[in-house]
Amino acid sequence: MAREHKASRRLVQALLVALAAAFALPFVWLLSTSLKPIEQTISLPLSFIPRAYYAELGGRRMEVTLDFEVTQPGAVVRYLAGEEAGELGFEGSKQLENGSAPVTILHYVAAGSWHVTQRLDRRPGEGGPAPIWDVIPRENVESRIRFRWENYPRALAELGGDSPGDRHRVGFWTFLGNSLTVAVLGVLGTVFSNAVIAYGFARLKWRGRDAFFALTLATMMVPFPVLMVPLYGVFKAMGLIGTLLPLWLPTWFGSAFNIFLMRQFFRTIPEELSEAARIDGCSEWRIFWRIIIPLSTPVLVVAALFHFIFAWNDFLAPLLYLTRKDTYTLALALESYQSQNGGVQWHYLMAASAVTILPVILLFLFAQKTFIRGIATTGSKG
Amino acid sequence: MTRNERKQLRAGLGFTSLWIVGLAAFTAYPVVASLFYSFCDYSILKSPVWCGLENYHQLLQDGLFWKSLRNTLFYAGLSVPLGTAVALGLAMLLNRPVKGRSVFRLLFFMPSIVPVVASAMLWLWIFNGEYGLMNGFLNPILAPFGLRGPAWLADPSWSKPALVIMSLWGTGNAMVIYLAGLQNVPSELYEAAEIDGATAWQRFRHVTLPTIAPVVAFNAIMALISAMQLFAQAYIMSEAANGNGNASDGNPERSTLFYSIYLFSTAFQDLRMGYASAMAYILFLITAALTWVAARLSRGGRDDTL
Repeated sequence: MAREHKASRRLVQALLVALAAAFALPFVWLLSTSLKPIEQTISLPLSFIPRAYYAELGGRRMEVTLDFEVTQPGAVVRYLAGEEAGELGFEGSKQLENGSAPVTILHYVAAGSWHVTQRLDRRPGEGGPAPIWDVIPRENVESRIRFRWENYPRALAELGGDSPGDRHRVGFWTFLGNSLTVAVLGVLGTVFSNAVIAYGFARLKWRGRDAFFALTLATMMVPFPVLMVPLYGVFKAMGLIGTLLPLWLPTWFGSAFNIFLMRQFFRTIPEELSEAARIDGCSEWRIFWRIIIPLSTPVLVVAALFHFIFAWNDFLAPLLYLTRKDTYTLALALESYQSQNGGVQWHYLMAASAVTILPVILLFLFAQKTFIRGIATTGSKG
Repeated sequence: MTRNERKQLRAGLGFTSLWIVGLAAFTAYPVVASLFYSFCDYSILKSPVWCGLENYHQLLQDGLFWKSLRNTLFYAGLSVPLGTAVALGLAMLLNRPVKGRSVFRLLFFMPSIVPVVASAMLWLWIFNGEYGLMNGFLNPILAPFGLRGPAWLADPSWSKPALVIMSLWGTGNAMVIYLAGLQNVPSELYEAAEIDGATAWQRFRHVTLPTIAPVVAFNAIMALISAMQLFAQAYIMSEAANGNGNASDGNPERSTLFYSIYLFSTAFQDLRMGYASAMAYILFLITAALTWVAARLSRGGRDDTL
């Protein structure tokens, strides 16, 4: 029995490590891509390790890109006549023997050498001298691991882009500000409104309360698409389309899930505390504010965390209500950057995605216990 | 009503007044208005004109409507059972005395809080047919058989499975809930079963499952409801993986035209808001029916075992 336990324990441990690797791999891939130069994102075989290559070209040591392997022997030449007169090129041995064009041979090249080009890291459209290139033996190219952190500021600069039609250029900081505005005002609204409302359901007895609460729970079943069209109409009538208000204003008027969450918690606080305060002549508002709220920090924190993550991650509502780029949240800006630039600049796209993910991961790591406990006790979707 | 009762009612209504306004403006009115619009010809630009059952009638003959419904049921039918199995499996592994449990729990959970736009970008890249991580792993394995990994999101028969695989990455949330449920199973039950000579499978079938069945059933239903509303991932990834086109087309070949995407484009691109409202109400009914059936099934399952 004991031996069987030991073997199965080891099996479980191994299985967990394998599964954890599978779950972590996408994150590693995200980071690895975000730290590569663009040409390494689309080179095979796949590698997780961002590299930099160095070589001596024209007597200077510089960073180069590996372009392709030269499969036949030949020479790097300078053309003496024709359209390309004065320019450098590569000619295979056969062409040289046939004496195709008048050239000066600069140096001979063995098969298996690599065509390399100076890495200039210019932005598209930026001018300057053409990059130097050469064909050199592979062993003259030094390969080093290098994380290209400079991708991050560049990706964030790209995120805004030029948005014609907008009055001013918008960028990453605008989007970050919008996301934070929506999340923070939403968190405040969620915590305040739901605590007040839940108090009414949890700590007061009044006619119709239970029926009203049942109705409240029932609204959780309504799918958002059912509300979408009329809600859009409501916000349009209020002149709020294109502003951030539709994204946080409703949180100040309660939500069924949070009312339920807080009510459950408030009910666990001993009734005697309230009774004693009532006998002392305290108003309900004072009892709520001075007794219930201070005792309820755990549930308030859980609601705040859940809402922050929800607001930060939300895509459909920003897509519905935001029309001008200067009101975009980070999530919407990321999507819009991708759809405008296509899936080409993978390194920038991954860097911008990593930046979008970072705040929620940090928040989670700081409040991990509260989080896990909150989900475990509420069964929430987070 | 006595004076005291009236006073209590006033206090109750006072504390819940924000919700009364919120419920009316952001839920009750939209639910009623949506029903009304579903019987109307309505674009947001002009006021609605009553047209009876016309929208519903047209929907039944709309090929794209059926296509989107089939796509959505296919996705939900795969992602919900698989997601439940993965989440439950992970929770059961973590419920044993293993080293580094909190680290594993952290790792499995983390993907579920990643913003959907960011995870869509990440998986778009992972599923890239040429340079993506997925085919980077698959191609060497498939090569001896003369096969290559599919183009995933750009291949109509693999686009939905790709979205299902992506959804499995985000099951950490359910795992945490199941783990909490498992930890509530009294260990005496397992000990008793072991003394009686129950095998591991029998212990799972007759001790674990009956105790956590209600939690699993509840979560599976919630997952089903949200799978029926799948939107963001499909909207972002189908456009991106298939070049130029409209995000609401459900490319390739409409294989990712999901219900909510068709509804969204009908309402906000074609401005056929009455038609979209009829679609929304059908979704409402389907969701309610599925919830009811799933609740019945899970209750039935429990009666069997107890």
